[in-house]
Amino acid sequence: MTEIIKSVVCPICGCLCDDLEVTVENNEIVKMKNGCAVCEAKMVHGYKSDERILEPHIRKNGKLVPVSMDEAIYKAAQILTDAKYPLLFGWTSSASETQHVGVELAEELGCALDNCCSVCHGPSVMAIQEIGIPTATLGQIRHRADLLVYWACDPWSAHPRHVERYTAFTDGRFEKSEFKEYVQKLKGKASKKKVEAAIRRTQVRYQPPPRPQTAIVEAPPPTLAKTGRKMIVFDVKKTMTAEVADYFVQVEPNSDYEIFGAMRCLVNDQEIDVDKVGGVPVEYLKEIVDAMVNADFGAIFFGLGLTQSVGRFRNIEIAIAMTRDLNRKTKFVISPMRGHFNVTGANTVFAWQTGYPFALDFSQGYPQYNPGEFTANDLLRRGDNDATLVISADPGAHFPKSSIQNMMKHPLITINPDWNAISRLGDVVFPAQWCGIEQAGTAYRMDSVAISLKKVVEAPKGVPSDEEIIKRILNKVRVIKAQKTRKDVTETKNVENKKI
Amino acid sequence: MVEQKLRVTLITGRTIDQGVAKELGKGSQEYFDSVAICFLDPSDIKKLGLKNGVNVQITSPYGSVVVKAKKYPYGAISGMVFMPCGLWANAICSDETDSIGMPTFRGFTVEVEPAPDKPVLTLDELLKQQFGK
Ligand code: SF4
Repeated sequence: MTEIIKSVVCPICGCLCDDLEVTVENNEIVKMKNGCAVCEAKMVHGYKSDERILEPHIRKNGKLVPVSMDEAIYKAAQILTDAKYPLLFGWTSSASETQHVGVELAEELGCALDNCCSVCHGPSVMAIQEIGIPTATLGQIRHRADLLVYWACDPWSAHPRHVERYTAFTDGRFEKSEFKEYVQKLKGKASKKKVEAAIRRTQVRYQPPPRPQTAIVEAPPPTLAKTGRKMIVFDVKKTMTAEVADYFVQVEPNSDYEIFGAMRCLVNDQEIDVDKVGGVPVEYLKEIVDAMVNADFGAIFFGLGLTQSVGRFRNIEIAIAMTRDLNRKTKFVISPMRGHFNVTGANTVFAWQTGYPFALDFSQGYPQYNPGEFTANDLLRRGDNDATLVISADPGAHFPKSSIQNMMKHPLITINPDWNAISRLGDVVFPAQWCGIEQAGTAYRMDSVAISLKKVVEAPKGVPSDEEIIKRILNKVRVIKAQKTRKDVTETKNVENKKI
Repeated sequence: MVEQKLRVTLITGRTIDQGVAKELGKGSQEYFDSVAICFLDPSDIKKLGLKNGVNVQITSPYGSVVVKAKKYPYGAISGMVFMPCGLWANAICSDETDSIGMPTFRGFTVEVEPAPDKPVLTLDELLKQQFGK
């Protein structure tokens, strides 16, 4: 039986594109429309690959062996209750409903709770807590923004449909897209079929007309002064996104803070006594700032190039400060390019449950927040935690080697749908449903808009949702803790009786 | 003149191929092909007397890893080496967080040297070598 399901939400990156059309045949996704290359890789191929975990495993004598779900749940709960200070990490590819139960589990265990935000936009969250953020939803930006600035990010690689759906290449109600004009011109020349093929190709990779390639920052093109939608990219290296931009500014590594500082001066009509900042001639920066001030509605998107470079959260703070300055002259917004599809949800759920978005500790019986102390990599670096539970994330592939080496010194529980790097290293390995494919739920888009994920196929038999697994572990933890308390009470009584 | 070693700044980040491959599965050939690599500027490749696609060893104060070197396709990145996010890049990154939780993934100096005879370890080999599992 073939069924076409419309308006499916893509559960991969923070864009949460909600216009996918998925064809399901015999409980299997066979093809799809509208998704980018990454989306298609997961939704048509990856989710049902051989890499799928179909049953729980426990490491016995160094080898992972399949076990029953009850045994795995008991083992996981036992590890967590035996440990003095476990760390629960991940959560960003789970639905918000799961994240919610996760907070309950952390509270019950009195342990550390962190999400992937600490290795992506944690510094952005900290900067926002310092000085706030003038921002807007992607819908607003899509319809109104006439100047798009991508700073230290490459949406063409990490958020492939961001430019096409929300910014430069989409037709907004008040701003037209240059890209659409390009396609219009094509239409005049080619037959409909060819155009459709061109659009399909561009959704994955838009090959722009060749531009001269040089390491030296080129002067701003005259088009920067024109009205209409424009795109500027700042990055340490030329990227696919930079290739389609109106203007690409190649900055020196670790110099973003200085450049923002210089641009703030220029926005505030101050003079700068140097010729170059971060490798960019000041006269070019002046032209860029002019374009920014003259825009009707500007939007800055920034990525991990800022949060992971020297300066970390201070880079974001000054970027937001520049946006605030720009708002004295025109309308400007700024927004982080959030990675995992529900990392924003993890921050949101943790914050409304505990008051804090990540880097949490419950050891005192109440939530405490301190990045640098309760963030996963700091805990691992100091060897503070003595067990780890990783859910819907792969620190095995995305944490520095030494952090994982420290993690390996203690038991590791993993809950992931497939054999990613961390599942391969686990001591108790749970299978899980693919959220947004086999499990419905709520996720928060990068602009904090909540979107409902759909379930399009049934999960393989015996594979529960991660929410169910966390709930079962939580219940078992409560049972074991109650048994322990009873045992402690009896032992104390026995000791007292002996004394008497 | 051909140089033995090149001191360059490490940049890590996403690529579309890595994005597609990670969704196909971390154990897939596509993941290996798109992540166990590094990109250098053509001029730096020349300086090392390398050919496109030859193995190089990248060493930082935090570790060392062998990957395949490729020419960076989109423009000049002289003085830098770009590695897609993943296990191979993390082998040479530091867990120093400057007390805010974010490890040091980029922006520090590393040494690149030709290693045509050393193999690039697969995901499972690298896990075994680094973590013993
Ligand atoms: S851009 Fe992101 S959310 Fe949209 S289809 Fe691609 S991977 Fe999915």
